[in-house]
Amino acid sequence: MHNISVIIKKQLKDTLKNKTVLIQFVMFPVLTLIFENAINIPDMPELFFTKLFSVMYMGMAPLVAVASVIAEEKEKNTLRVLTMANVKAWEYLAGIGIYVWTICMAGAGVMATTLSSGDIPFYLGVMAAGFIISIAIGACIGIIASNQMAATSLSLPVMLIFSFMPMLAMFNDKIEKIAGIFYTQQIRELLGNMTFDGIKTETMLVVAVNALLALSLFFAAFKRKGLE
Amino acid sequence: MIRSNGICKSFAGRRVLSGIDLDIKPGTIFGLLGPSGAGKTTLIKILTDQLAFDSGDVSVLGKDVRTLTGADKKQIGIMMDNHGVYERMSCIDNLRIFADIYQIDKSKAMTTLTQVGLGDSAKKPAMKLSKGMRARLQLARVLMISPKLLFLDEPTSGLDPMTMKYIHKLISDCKASGCTIFLTTHNMEEAAVLCDEVALLNEGKIVDRGAPEELCRRYNHQKTINIHLTSGEDIELPHCDESAAKIMSLMSQGRIETIHSSEPTLESVFLELTGRRLESDEEVRYA
Repeated sequence: MHNISVIIKKQLKDTLKNKTVLIQFVMFPVLTLIFENAINIPDMPELFFTKLFSVMYMGMAPLVAVASVIAEEKEKNTLRVLTMANVKAWEYLAGIGIYVWTICMAGAGVMATTLSSGDIPFYLGVMAAGFIISIAIGACIGIIASNQMAATSLSLPVMLIFSFMPMLAMFNDKIEKIAGIFYTQQIRELLGNMTFDGIKTETMLVVAVNALLALSLFFAAFKRKGLE
Repeated sequence: MIRSNGICKSFAGRRVLSGIDLDIKPGTIFGLLGPSGAGKTTLIKILTDQLAFDSGDVSVLGKDVRTLTGADKKQIGIMMDNHGVYERMSCIDNLRIFADIYQIDKSKAMTTLTQVGLGDSAKKPAMKLSKGMRARLQLARVLMISPKLLFLDEPTSGLDPMTMKYIHKLISDCKASGCTIFLTTHNMEEAAVLCDEVALLNEGKIVDRGAPEELCRRYNHQKTINIHLTSGEDIELPHCDESAAKIMSLMSQGRIETIHSSEPTLESVFLELTGRRLESDEEVRYA
């Protein structure tokens, strides 16, 4: 536990000076507040921007942040210094994962200020689950990529699929069907209803399968490459 | 402190280390000299349990290297030449992270920074440091834990002479405090100045070893006498009786402007043993 808390503290200090990662955490919560307060079009669905940006935030921020942090540490060889200081690989990954999840949850908390207080627990619960899946995918990319450039190249298409498919699905039925296999689309639908009642089995199944696949890929990548 | 017996290591069928035997006494500086690609870094990685070996035995701090515990590893400092620092963080924060991991007093971070001459740059982000300052920061990171055993992989590679001298002093101070140091280098002067014992590594094999002066004495037949004549001509004579007669004759004719003897160096010893120079991979014919 000690090493995990050191990694979290280190990451907090580093992120405050790392604009690339910082912008990922801040951009969507800020956009949500601005758009929800500044734009008011008649007949626009209620909390349109909150729900849309929440899904994009979930598919983008944790994935890119985790992948880029791990890849940067590998590229600059600071990860090796940590492991030689007897920080275990799992402690490092847990530290980064917990840190990114916490910051993303704080961002989600900011976005949740636009919701009614009764909806907030449901919203945060759904976002928390989505962040975990995105973190596992980001960690998988960070493990596979040997440097930051490779991490960006790998995370960009993955991030676009998970973040933008739910948005495109609003305008095209065929895309909606395809997007249905992704956790982000299912979570968008959950956020649309904003209630525990009537959650479809299909939704739970897709989210569970996505989570299982993400975790399996992560463990397979870790077993094969470790943190080398 | 470090003992190894017949370490062998291959990568993809290519033998990188063959039968490496070591016996490094506590409180000494051991230098491993060899050109790039000789296997120096591979050996350090094996001795620090970063890399598995194919055969042989390695004991570090009196234990099989594969059974070292976390507490044992906290007594070992490792500075590899490619190790990074947290660029965006200040020098002091870079050290505080490791003080936290090693659970040592955080005030030691500032003391160590001052010790390596970076006290005034404590709040400077690591990305703004020069190469020499960065090397000192890396060294501070390992010195801060007051290691019993220190591995330094080419600690002065690519540094200017002033910084090199500064780092040599830090290494000597570390030895004076009782630390055992394993150093790899391809700089023969560094090895001659710092090391109590050196081993010459070529193509994965130790070709000779001993105290630097002892090694040079062992190859004393390389000693030559260089004479600059008043006519501007330079001549080099081997160290033998015939040369003495020739020098006497030149002296009596008043033809000698300067005369000096050229002693063998670790570089020339290595060259004789392997046909290779230490500072490059270039094969040379030893005349």
